[in-house]
Amino acid sequence: MKIVMAIIKPFKLEEVRDALTMIGVHGLTVTEVKGYGRQKGHTEIYRGAEYAVSFLPKIKIEVAVASDQVDKTIEAITSAAKTGQIGDGKIFVINLDHAVRIRTGEADAAAL
Amino acid sequence: MTFKHPNSAGLAAFAFGMFATTAAFAEPTINKGDNAWMLTSTVLVLLMTIPGLALFYGGLVRSKNMLSVLMQVFYTVCIVVIIWTLYGYSLAFTGGSDFIGGFSKAFLMGVTPDSKASTFSVDANISELVYVCFQMTFAAITPALIVGAFAERMKFSAVALFIPLWSTLVYFPIAHMVWYWAGPDAIADAVKALAAAGSDAAAKAAAEARLAEVNADAGWVFKKGAIDFAGGTVVHINAGIAGLVGALIVGKRIGYGKDLMAPHSLTMSMIGASLLWVGWFGFNAGSNLEATGGAALAMTNSFVATAAAALSWMFAEWMLKGHPSVLGAISGAVAGLVAVTPAAGYSGPMGAIVLGLVVGVVCLFFVTVVKNSLGYDDSLDVFGVHCIGGIIGALGTGILVNPALGGAGIMDYTTGKIAEYQFGPQMISQIWGVCTTLVWSGVGSAIIYKVVDVIVGLRANVESEREGLDLTEHTERAYNM
Repeated sequence: MKIVMAIIKPFKLEEVRDALTMIGVHGLTVTEVKGYGRQKGHTEIYRGAEYAVSFLPKIKIEVAVASDQVDKTIEAITSAAKTGQIGDGKIFVINLDHAVRIRTGEADAAAL
Repeated sequence: MTFKHPNSAGLAAFAFGMFATTAAFAEPTINKGDNAWMLTSTVLVLLMTIPGLALFYGGLVRSKNMLSVLMQVFYTVCIVVIIWTLYGYSLAFTGGSDFIGGFSKAFLMGVTPDSKASTFSVDANISELVYVCFQMTFAAITPALIVGAFAERMKFSAVALFIPLWSTLVYFPIAHMVWYWAGPDAIADAVKALAAAGSDAAAKAAAEARLAEVNADAGWVFKKGAIDFAGGTVVHINAGIAGLVGALIVGKRIGYGKDLMAPHSLTMSMIGASLLWVGWFGFNAGSNLEATGGAALAMTNSFVATAAAALSWMFAEWMLKGHPSVLGAISGAVAGLVAVTPAAGYSGPMGAIVLGLVVGVVCLFFVTVVKNSLGYDDSLDVFGVHCIGGIIGALGTGILVNPALGGAGIMDYTTGKIAEYQFGPQMISQIWGVCTTLVWSGVGSAIIYKVVDVIVGLRANVESEREGLDLTEHTERAYNM
């Protein structure tokens, strides 16, 4: 099992959710985050006071999938979240040791 | 802005009665329409401060200091309302010296529902209690403006002490100096007595002495001939310079110029600025004291100068910085309101548009270029908008009052006619008003800040300032989400 973690542009969330649903992913966790990468930040001006805002708002999604689903998941996220501009985000894949569904006590693949 | 001595007409009639059988001194009457308008104006000015100014300022600070600003403004209103009725009204609006009134109306002694206050017309009075309340709201908003300058770092105990001291030692004297006079009825009575004295030398000398006495019964700046319709000097220059002095004495916020200090809610600021504009009709058109064409003129000017200043700030920013900003537009609107305050009943509408266009650009220049180059931390630009805008308004009023430029001119109550306009002398009068306010408020405020610093300390400690004044001073949070 793997966790696929993706940092995406906020307005791409719905498209990514739809794409993941299409390939049979039935749940994901969303967090509003801030950060920077190659996109850097932007400048805000308030009555002449200029502030360089280096951390931009992004959405972090985390989805737990079986190992053989990882490639399909990455492809679904990539195709849905891509605009071709700097700031589209990144995907990280992390090993997942164990999973439990709290309501039933089912474990691992059955819990996903 | 005036107060009528209730007994002066009677005294004059008594003193000159034997010579003046043809001059009848009718007791002035209270006009219900004027009274109704002044009751309305009074609550409109309260609306300017709470929630108008409180939200305008609150939106401009960081969310951790939102409640501290709201609290400082709300506290200011409450404490000033009390001291105004205890002794403030008496010190500002009774005769005494040229610089301060007396205590004859302390605790509102002798001010009853039947008491009358003069307006700007002979024989058109309003209830004195309405005048007390109307002026009370001016006394309340002025120190509330100052808190923007030292926002986000001043201890509440320091604010709690500073506000009543400043009102007492700076606001009441300035209001007296600029606005106190004997009123049109007293002058008209003295003029009538003089006319009735006829050829009797003794009676004529006595009547002339009486007229001179009535004319001398006014504040220092008033007698210099400075005109200030609704408080360019008394309210805005006064608060603006006190704010600058405060920002300098209290010092910069931690991280000023380095940390992100962006306004936490320009939505709140937009609501606040709009409420200021609405309330300002009470402030400016209410300062006419009568529901007449003069009030309509003040209203018209308060519309056009404000809109012109918002547009000039916005377009100037668009040209210079590449983007028109909401904060720029609402700041411009406030600058326009400030500038038109002294001019509201004196300028013509086209003059008011010019005044607005000028003040929008000049205040933009001050809060961006001048403030940044001098490096002082006037958190919410009380100096750049209120003091600079007030000075432009005060000097602009001296120009725009000219009937040749569409202005209303200045009434001479001795002749009962509009006086002939003279540019040089009028501008010198206006400069007297500006400089008196700058010096009195600048020096007075500095002394008060130092005294407060010795007694309770001005500044919150470093940890409190980092944590935010809402939690450390008030143990509350503005937003629990």
